[in-house]
Amino acid sequence: VRLAVERRLEQPRWLAVAVPLASIVFAFAVAAVVLVVTGHDPISSYRQLFDAAFVSNGSIDQTLISATPLAFTGLAAAAAFRMRIFNIGAEGQLYMGAITGAAAGLYFGGRGGPSAFAIAAMVVAGCAGGALWASIPGVLRAFFGTSEILTSLMLNYVAGFVLTYLIFQSESYWRQTKGFNATVFPTGKPLPASAVWPTWTVHAQGGIAVPLGAGFAVLAGIVLWVLYRRTRFGFEVQVLGDSDGAARYAGVRTRRKILAVMAISGAVAGLGGASQVGDFAHALDGDPNGLQKLGYGYSGIVVAALGRYNPFAVLLVAFLIGGLDNAGNTLQGADFPSGLVGVIQGIILFSALGGELLTRHRVRVLRTPAPVEAVS
Amino acid sequence: VNNSLLVVLIASGIAYGTPLLFGALGELLTERSGVLNLGVEGMMLVGAVMGFWTVERVHAGAVATLVLAVLVAAFSGAVMAAIHAFLAITLRASQIVSGLALTLFAGAAGLSSYLGNDLNLSDLPANHAFHAVFPASMQRWSIVGPIVFGQNPLVYASWVLVVAITYYLARTRPGLNLRAVGESPAAADAMGVSVVKYRYLHTLAGGALAGVAGATFTLAITPQWVDGITEGAGWIAIALVIFAFWRPGLCLIGAYFFGALQALAPELQARSINLGPTELWSNALPYVATVVVLVFVSWRGGRRRLGAPAALGIPYAREEPA
Repeated sequence: VRLAVERRLEQPRWLAVAVPLASIVFAFAVAAVVLVVTGHDPISSYRQLFDAAFVSNGSIDQTLISATPLAFTGLAAAAAFRMRIFNIGAEGQLYMGAITGAAAGLYFGGRGGPSAFAIAAMVVAGCAGGALWASIPGVLRAFFGTSEILTSLMLNYVAGFVLTYLIFQSESYWRQTKGFNATVFPTGKPLPASAVWPTWTVHAQGGIAVPLGAGFAVLAGIVLWVLYRRTRFGFEVQVLGDSDGAARYAGVRTRRKILAVMAISGAVAGLGGASQVGDFAHALDGDPNGLQKLGYGYSGIVVAALGRYNPFAVLLVAFLIGGLDNAGNTLQGADFPSGLVGVIQGIILFSALGGELLTRHRVRVLRTPAPVEAVS
Repeated sequence: VNNSLLVVLIASGIAYGTPLLFGALGELLTERSGVLNLGVEGMMLVGAVMGFWTVERVHAGAVATLVLAVLVAAFSGAVMAAIHAFLAITLRASQIVSGLALTLFAGAAGLSSYLGNDLNLSDLPANHAFHAVFPASMQRWSIVGPIVFGQNPLVYASWVLVVAITYYLARTRPGLNLRAVGESPAAADAMGVSVVKYRYLHTLAGGALAGVAGATFTLAITPQWVDGITEGAGWIAIALVIFAFWRPGLCLIGAYFFGALQALAPELQARSINLGPTELWSNALPYVATVVVLVFVSWRGGRRRLGAPAALGIPYAREEPA
């Protein structure tokens, strides 16, 4: 018996849902093996995980706190990867958006204008900061043909150093310089009240606080979907992603498209940075063990791949992976060693990738042909 | 003379550059077979943690333990590479995403951190570490003392490896076959060379060398385990392969250049030479330099990408157009 792998002519729709689901199940099964091998009880670990992520009181609140940045970075990755532009820089673009967003919040929030104005300024500044930072690899790719993978990744480290520098190694505009605590441990200057983003309470599970950023993420998802599926721009970018040469012959301005895709991707990640400041931290977090340890930009790649680069699926997956992240943070300890969440995320991504083969190809069992009888 | 900035920078550039060199040589072998593995950072970290674990848990003579630790690191790097090999070669998945997945899975917030935590390796002093092997009197010779005789055995091993890989690629039958597989897998296949076998073996070899690169951190440079100890060295190693136009000798020069850039920051601070926001620019320097050199190389190389294997990143399946 031999197995033959052949290309499918049509991809059944149900596979687009079944494969990611199967990937998640498979990932948990493999991670269970890792847990057993290292002497833990997977069933109890998983029960606690599910409980801490979605069931126990206030768990959805916490999950939304992890899910919101993942939604932004997931959308950022999806916007670029779908076009085969591999922007690995969402991490750094998020930091830059946090820096510019915090600057806008500190500046406009302290001038006594309406809160909506300060928040709008933070949104614009966050998008601009992320888009500008993403434009560096964008320009290098468009004009010099430099691989955006390595340049965008290197800039993540640089952005991290800038973030730490602003709070820990300088007396910058973002740093809290007054008060006793400021002399003991460097922190960011707190946002004025009018620049703090409001939450919206849903009456379930004892009241769930939905951050404004989560709303912006959904909005960003809708905008991306319309942009990529319903406009000429989206169509041209898609052609470019499928075939560089075809796009060029059809008169698509490829350099502009690369620049635009990088800027859009960076803007979404930067908005995530502004949301970090406005929604959750209420100050710029420069601690190397704070925002920079969470790795939202990198997890966003998992989110995007699992959502198969579809904006709406990305939002849903961000919520699920956000639950996993949140549970990982709350449960860290004997039953749930740190790093486990990364392991599970990695395996989910591996299986989603392997599953791609099943959506593109069909596996057929070939029977060895019966031996032909000799004619006597 | 031996305390002059230049000599110190060259000597510590060689020390700091050694993990970059191991990582780059491994990635070079992998890429020469036509497989792009972006998981170097993850494989390095797993090698680093497993190598350190061996040194902490095995009770044998110093030399035997250290040799074993390097072998364990190489083996664990190869195991990590096997995942990528299966996805990229057998399942023909996107090599870019698969490599990224490997770094996420094994990297700073993944398996390496899990193992470091679960095996209680943080904040432990190393039981054994690689030190300089030549007598102290030789290390005091001017210039060549610190640069040549003041290094640890892993550095000398990397020099042997550069020569060996250069010879392998240029002068042996398997090396020639390897280059054929990377340049034109269909032609190699027609010649009777097994594309799958060559790609698997060299992806595993790349992983093993990445594992050794990680162990260089935890057994020689800073003999301890810290989460994410490589700090992006794996990515710089990938970039180095491009700067070196896929040639082992140039990998060595590039690795030492970047090693010296990393050594520059602490060295300037130690000499209290102050140049503006020192922490910021000297921390960021190796990463910014990587971007600058990448741009320069891709600009000069233009469309032809000097030396890049023609089939790099393209899965191969018989009778299926690429």
